[in-house]
Formats: sequence, C-alpha cells, structure tokens
Amino acid sequence: MTTAAQDFLRNAAVKSADLIHRKTIRNSIDHYDSAVVRGRARFQNWEAAREKCQAIKRDGIEHLDRYLEEFESKVNARGGQVFWAENGEQARQYIAALAAKHNVRTISKSKSMVAEEIHLTAALEGKGIEVFETDLGEFIVQLRKEPPYHIVTPAMHLTRGQIAELFKEKLGGIETDDPSMLVAAARAALRRAFFSAEMGITGANFLVADQGLAAISTNEGNADLGVTLPRIHLVLAGIEKVIPRMQDLAILWPVLAASGTGQPITCYNTLVGGPRGANETAGPEEFHVVLLDNGRSELLADPEQREVLHCIRCGACLNACPVYRNVGGHTYNTAYPGPIGSVLTPHLRGLNQFQHLSYASSLCGACTEACPVKIDLHHHLLENRRNAVSDADRPLGERIAFKLWGWSMGGASRFAFLGGVGKFLLRALYGLGIEGTAIDPLRPWTKYRAVPKLAAESFRARWSKNHAVE
Amino acid sequence: MPKVALFIPCFVDQLTPQIGVDMTAVLRRVGYEVTFPKDQTCCGQPGFNSGYWDDARPLAERFLRVFRDAETIVCPSGSCTTMVRIFYPQLLAGAAHETEAREIGKRVFEFSEFLVKVAKVTDVGASFPHRVTYHDACHALRELHLKQEPRQLLQAVRGIELVEMPFSEECCGFGGTFSTKFSAISAAMGETKAGNAAQSCAEFITSTDPSCLLQIDGILRHKKSPVSTIHIGSILAQTGDAGGAR
Repeated sequence: MTTAAQDFLRNAAVKSADLIHRKTIRNSIDHYDSAVVRGRARFQNWEAAREKCQAIKRDGIEHLDRYLEEFESKVNARGGQVFWAENGEQARQYIAALAAKHNVRTISKSKSMVAEEIHLTAALEGKGIEVFETDLGEFIVQLRKEPPYHIVTPAMHLTRGQIAELFKEKLGGIETDDPSMLVAAARAALRRAFFSAEMGITGANFLVADQGLAAISTNEGNADLGVTLPRIHLVLAGIEKVIPRMQDLAILWPVLAASGTGQPITCYNTLVGGPRGANETAGPEEFHVVLLDNGRSELLADPEQREVLHCIRCGACLNACPVYRNVGGHTYNTAYPGPIGSVLTPHLRGLNQFQHLSYASSLCGACTEACPVKIDLHHHLLENRRNAVSDADRPLGERIAFKLWGWSMGGASRFAFLGGVGKFLLRALYGLGIEGTAIDPLRPWTKYRAVPKLAAESFRARWSKNHAVE
Repeated sequence: MPKVALFIPCFVDQLTPQIGVDMTAVLRRVGYEVTFPKDQTCCGQPGFNSGYWDDARPLAERFLRVFRDAETIVCPSGSCTTMVRIFYPQLLAGAAHETEAREIGKRVFEFSEFLVKVAKVTDVGASFPHRVTYHDACHALRELHLKQEPRQLLQAVRGIELVEMPFSEECCGFGGTFSTKFSAISAAMGETKAGNAAQSCAEFITSTDPSCLLQIDGILRHKKSPVSTIHIGSILAQTGDAGGAR
C-alpha cells in the first residue's frame, strides 16, 4: 500500500469516528441542501439547464485547441500576455520571475484551486513574497496554516467559536464571536493587504474564447479589488476552463451559483481581459494569463474520461458525497477532494499513488446526480479501479483472492459446496467465542457490525428438497 | 400461467435464503409460475466493482448462458439487477456476447419493479400491521430509477404504517468490498443511516436490497437497537395467517 493510501486510511478512521466533525459538516451541508433546493427550483427545467451546460462544456473541450488560441489572440490584441504552462513547475517559475522583475513584495490572491494544485503560495513565500488570501474562507484557513477543506467553502469545517478564537489570537485583541464583527476584523486586515499589493493573482471560473475574457465570480468582491488595485494582474487557470462564447455565461453563471451555494447568481461576476486601456481610469498596468496543462492534455486524450474536464468546480459533488461528509476535506490530501478529486487526481498525480481514492467510495452515485454538467462521476471511479488492476500495483493477496473467487463461482456445485464449508467453519469458530475479537477473520466487518444470522440451509438446497419452497 | 425465472444473488442464496422463499411465494400468489435455473452462481459484481473485470467477465458470460432461455428474470436486489442491466454491456463491450449482454437487460427486473411495471400489481394481498420505513437503495434509486414502485407496493399492504425517514436517499455505506476495505467510513455511513431511520420511530427498516439490509442490520444489532430490518419481499409475503413477522 502506498503512503498516501495509508495516510488516507488512518485519517479517515479518525475523522469518521469524530462525532463533532460529523455534526458540524451535517449542519453546514443541511443549510447548503435547502439553499440548493430553492436554487434549482428557480429554473423552469433544471434537467434542461444541466444538459445545456454539459453541451457547452463539451463543445469547449472537444475544440479546446481552437478556443484556447482564439482566447489567446484576443487577450494579446488587448495588450495582455498569455503563458502556456505545461506543468506546475513552469507556472510557478513564470509567476515568480514576473514578481521578481517588478520587485513584488506583496500579492493579494483571490481563491484559486489551480494555485492549490501547483502549491503556488508556498513557492512564492519561499521567494520572500507575502501572499494574502483575500477570500474570507481562504483567509481563515491561511491563518490556521491549513489547506482549504472544500473547493467552494474552504472553512466549512470550522465553527464560529473556532474562528473567533483564531482571530483573537492572530489579528490581535479582537474579542468577539459576532459574525459581522468578525467579518469587519477580517476586512480591516485585508484592506491593508489590498492596498499594499503590487500584484493581484486570481483564478478564473471560465475563459471566454470569443471575447478573450476571464470570468471570475466571487461573493465578496475580493477578486475585483485584486484585479483593480495592484499594478499587475495575473489570472491562473486550467486549460479546461475555456468556453466558446460570451452568451454561454447566461446559463453557466446561474447554474454554477445554484449548484455551488444555491444563489440565483454569485454576487460579483467580473470579466477581465487586458491591462488598463488608454482611456480607462482603473485597472492594472500589466495583464497576464497562465494557462496550466499539468496532465489535462492526457485526460483529453482519454475518450472514456475526457468529460471529467467539463467540471466547473461548483463543489456540489463534495456536498452530496456521504464519504466526503464523514472523512472531511483534509483527509483526501489532494487539491481537489471529494468525488471529482477521486476521479481526477489519479490523472493529475498518478494512478498508482492515488488509486485508493477510487476505491474509497460506496459507488452510491449521489455525486453524479448532483453534478450540474452531468459528469458520470461514480462510473468513472469504476473505470479507475479497472485501470488500477490493469496498470497499477494492487496487493497480491487481492489479486489471488479474486482469482479464487472467479474460480469458486465458476460452477454451481462448487459454489454451493464452498458456501456450505465457509458457513460451517464460521459457525465452528464463532462457537469458540471469537466473534468480534482481534482474531475474528471477519474483523473488518465485526468491528462495527454484527454478522448476519447464518441460515441453516441455502436457497438452492431448500429449492431442491422441496420444489414448492413453501 | 406466465413464467418467471428467479435470479437469486449469491449472498442471498447462502446467507438470507428466506428472502428468496418469500419472493417466490409472492410471485406465485400474483399468478406466476416460478422456476429456478440451478446452475446460477454470482453475477460477477464483486469482481467488477473492485476492478477485476477480467475475472468478472466469465461470470457474466456464464449468467447469459444460464438465463438464455428465461423470458423474464426476477431478482430480489436492485444492485444485482443493475449489474446485469447497466454494467454487462460495458463489461462485455467488444466481446462475443455484447449483443446478448445488451438484450438481457430488458428481461431482468428487480422484484418491486417487476410487480409494478410488468405484472402491474400493487396490492399483492399482504398484511403487515407494523410501522415501517423504506430505505432507498442506491442502485435501485439511481441506476434503475425506482422510487415510487416499492412505496406503492408497501402502501397497499394491510395494516402497515409507512413512514419516511429523513434522508432516505442517503447511502447506507455498504458498497460491497468498500464495507471491509474502508470499514470505518462504511460504519460511519451506516450509523448515520440507522440514526435517520430511528428518527422515523419505525419498527422495521425495509428496502429492495438485501445487501443494504445486511449492513443496516449489522449496525443495528451491534448497537443493540430494537429496530429490525426486513426485505420488501418478506413484508409482501406476509398474509396475516402465519403469525409473527420475524
């Protein structure tokens, strides 16, 4: 077993048994669920909206090369620069070099999962640059020195009391647990960061090809300050973010908001595509876009799972996932947790190291049902498992076990005989009182559950004895 | 008399055969001749779900052979029905039996689905004077889209008080080998399910799927809960003449 898998198993067992965590997440997701029910009800036909979004994203992905070049040329025409980064290293180097060139000491950063994916903040901090997370949730987890717990609501795992404690310790002398006072304290701290930053980094929710604009949605307006105030603005986005046309936002924006938070539309939706124009009074002097591949092209080449690139990072599958709710976002130890992360991470970071995530699912399908762009998430987990057996290291014991299973199910009398022997042995062992003890062969089951009452006779035996089976 | 062939999941055959017996009784009561193709073993789902498609494939081909002559196949599990109807075409894609794999899905039915959609009965003449809550099994719900069918059957049972639990569509946490590979997560999900079911104050939790019930029953008895599980077929088999439910 890989170290990542061992860590996952250990942390999952701890978190799953943490009843306070379970309750905090349940409360949070209950709020989300009722908001999303209202959000979807605003659509005349939610299914049709999903299908429309799926079609738009498919168009974008199927013609990715063309749309990206269109996007680039429009940005260039406005005086912006586009850098194509093959991997995280290239992206980090480009951004660090840009910061060095302009003597950047402070960066205001709005939420970007791609930045988490390439560990950008740590890299910049390593160069002596101060990076301020300006999304409130991200700001909170940054103060706690931990990664985001969730791709949309990064501090979902924290209670108001915990945040009050944190602010008291880190922001100096703030003694309140009133939410509006806490927000005011964060705002005061962040305003200083916004006004001192020489460079603003944002993500992008969509890259609009026909206009060469990056669409950025936030509920706090923090990205807008990061776009407007610093001298340099850099957009960091995965190549899969491209959509064909501006008009596509008319459906993508409300669908993203409905699935992400249940809102009719996110509070601030901004389109940016270049430096300050000749007759404009605000905006950056320089505008850069970093388009990150980092394994996405390989996924694009896989017709079975290409649609995973349709993801709009709304977080709906995380919220719907009973595994996520029990193990929590940090247990995954990946930039993208939850079902989308379990499907995607093996493609980005290697199947061998991250195959366990595809097995850590009951395959219930709640994620697929929740996905606003209809990605067949739980079936992709099955495909990842198949790929793990063919291409990665599965335990030898497991491989042998399934060979034996295949053989024992290969004949009805064989199956009936072995079933009988198995039950006989289990009864004999349990007769010795080992059920639920450390030497119980069914320990992984009986640690948490009683074994079923074993029937004296199988169905087939009863059928043979008395064809009527009354 | 129309005929149906029983598809008894391997673990039902070995662990909970009464479900098969009860299903047989109901099918006969509503006018079907019931056969049991004795050569059947396992549909292949455990291997398929674990990624061992090469080991599962011969079992799928075996299933096609065993049930080749059966016009209609009825199974007391939404999950095993899903394996045949939804996943056989993918498992056998490009193989010799691909067409047959696509075709058999139209002939295999989950038990409640069969009664409501094929036999067109909702009242099977059952009597079960208890407070019951229904757990939506994931495969039945999300792969076969069965939501109302089992409820319609239960509502027609005499004396029954059918109550909904909160989050009835949330997974019980079984998930096949997931239940032992990730037993802590699986158990946490099972506890949540059992807690939600308890909120309905039901005496019995029922479902289309014996595997969910295995998990829920295991959790309930481990916690010494007074609530019991019962398969929908075993409720529908009760006519009120035979005494107790258990």
